[in-house]
Amino acid sequence: MPAVTGIKDATAIVGIGQTSFAKHLPEDERTLACRAVLAALDDAGIAPGEVDALASYTMEETDEVELAKAVGFGDLSFFSKIGFGGGGSCATVAHLAAAIAAGQATVGVAWRSRKRGSGPRPWTNTAVQLPTPAQWTRPFGLLRPADEIAMLARRYLHEYGATRDHLFNVALACRNRANQNPAAVMYERPLTREMYMSSRWISEPLCLYDNCLETDGALACVVVSGERARDCRRRPVYVHSAAQGLPAQHHGMVNYWNDDPLTGPAWAAARHLWKHADFTPSDVDVAQIYDAFTPLVPLSLEGYGFCGRGEGGAFTEGGALETGGRLPLNTGGGGLSEAYVHGFNLINEGVKQLRGTSTAQVPGAATCLVTAGEGVPTSALLLRN
Amino acid sequence: MLTPVTDADGAPFWRYAAQGELRVQTCADCGEPRFPPRPCCPHCQSFASEWRRTSGRGRIWSYVVPHPPLLPDYAAHAPYNVILVELAEAPRIRLVGNLVSGPGAAIDSFSPDRIRIGARVQVVFDGDGLPQWVLERP
Repeated sequence: MPAVTGIKDATAIVGIGQTSFAKHLPEDERTLACRAVLAALDDAGIAPGEVDALASYTMEETDEVELAKAVGFGDLSFFSKIGFGGGGSCATVAHLAAAIAAGQATVGVAWRSRKRGSGPRPWTNTAVQLPTPAQWTRPFGLLRPADEIAMLARRYLHEYGATRDHLFNVALACRNRANQNPAAVMYERPLTREMYMSSRWISEPLCLYDNCLETDGALACVVVSGERARDCRRRPVYVHSAAQGLPAQHHGMVNYWNDDPLTGPAWAAARHLWKHADFTPSDVDVAQIYDAFTPLVPLSLEGYGFCGRGEGGAFTEGGALETGGRLPLNTGGGGLSEAYVHGFNLINEGVKQLRGTSTAQVPGAATCLVTAGEGVPTSALLLRN
Repeated sequence: MLTPVTDADGAPFWRYAAQGELRVQTCADCGEPRFPPRPCCPHCQSFASEWRRTSGRGRIWSYVVPHPPLLPDYAAHAPYNVILVELAEAPRIRLVGNLVSGPGAAIDSFSPDRIRIGARVQVVFDGDGLPQWVLERP
């Protein structure tokens, strides 16, 4: 038996595509999915007929059959869907990387298409039991993801002495990068501390600007073997390490029923991610950290080892997350200010950084961490060029 | 307002609550309490469980104050509070609920400005058997 080599640098992202982002796009989700996927394949210089693997989210409404017959894929030999909403973003690429490295497929496409801007808010559908133990939370008015995360955020601020200014630092860094990105929904909309501090509450202690956008849009990327990647049109961005994380006794976004609710899935994903990497958090040049809500960023900074426990708030001080800071963050604007498409824009932005084509390029960026949603069973990627 | 959509595992909790008792599923073999209820014990894998009565006392671990947009019934009470109560007997079990001025009072009956993390609270029940919480020392 040959030694297990794992997936380290075995595959690369060679194509990325996206639609425009807006509060309302006229086309339906299926059409947007087709456009993003075809754009990514065109970027890679790979014909749709060569695609044999797919990965997306369980919440994706356009299924494999619809997508494959619309854009003209070949015979598919691998297709997977990952649960837990925004926790699945990086796992789409991870599943494709594993399948290709194992020889189960050769050309994989991951995608997410969502009309979250003009479509319904999932939490308003009370007939559906969300993937949380709703009977224990919803009758009491803990209705929305924002409420569920605000509960952890309040405790986080209390326990560690973090402040709303720390959360503002996250919102501001994302907005500043969006102001450099013409594709971002908030391109022409600067944010100030006064706007943040005087904005309306959504769920105290979280205000409007602690919450991500509600966006229509779609994105996709193409994954192939490292060998194939060298013949593609663009500079390959290698999947160096990838992980999913569902820690013992975790309860989803209402992670209230274990010893330590403030150490979530990021910690579990990080252990596997770094174990299989050739570099450490201090070697990461730029990070794309899932930001459906600002408190997820300090929690993720701690989970992925950029600082110690309870230090995530303080880490954001002194412009650490801005261009030129310790860890430039969400350089396309993130879910808070570019687009909220369940975190897929963070994957594509990571690729842009390592190609050197970001609108807020970190000079010489060679390594990038991309994470999926903290607070739900999650996933993460270490990318390198 | 939303009423609990129960499942087979959770039904006993609500049956006891309707009788004015706060009970927690506990392993009948190893004695480990667990929440939310589930078919078997993650500690010893036993399928035998019992529902142990608690004192109904606890402390506020965290709380939020939701503002609109909300479901209409809740928006009518906004801003209201939602608290997370660490049970005195089982600190890792934290129940979601509302701090109210008295049994059966509305979810906006207690001012959010007066809520403190760590405050001691006591369970009460409204007319429908929904657990609510009042300050132990008002």
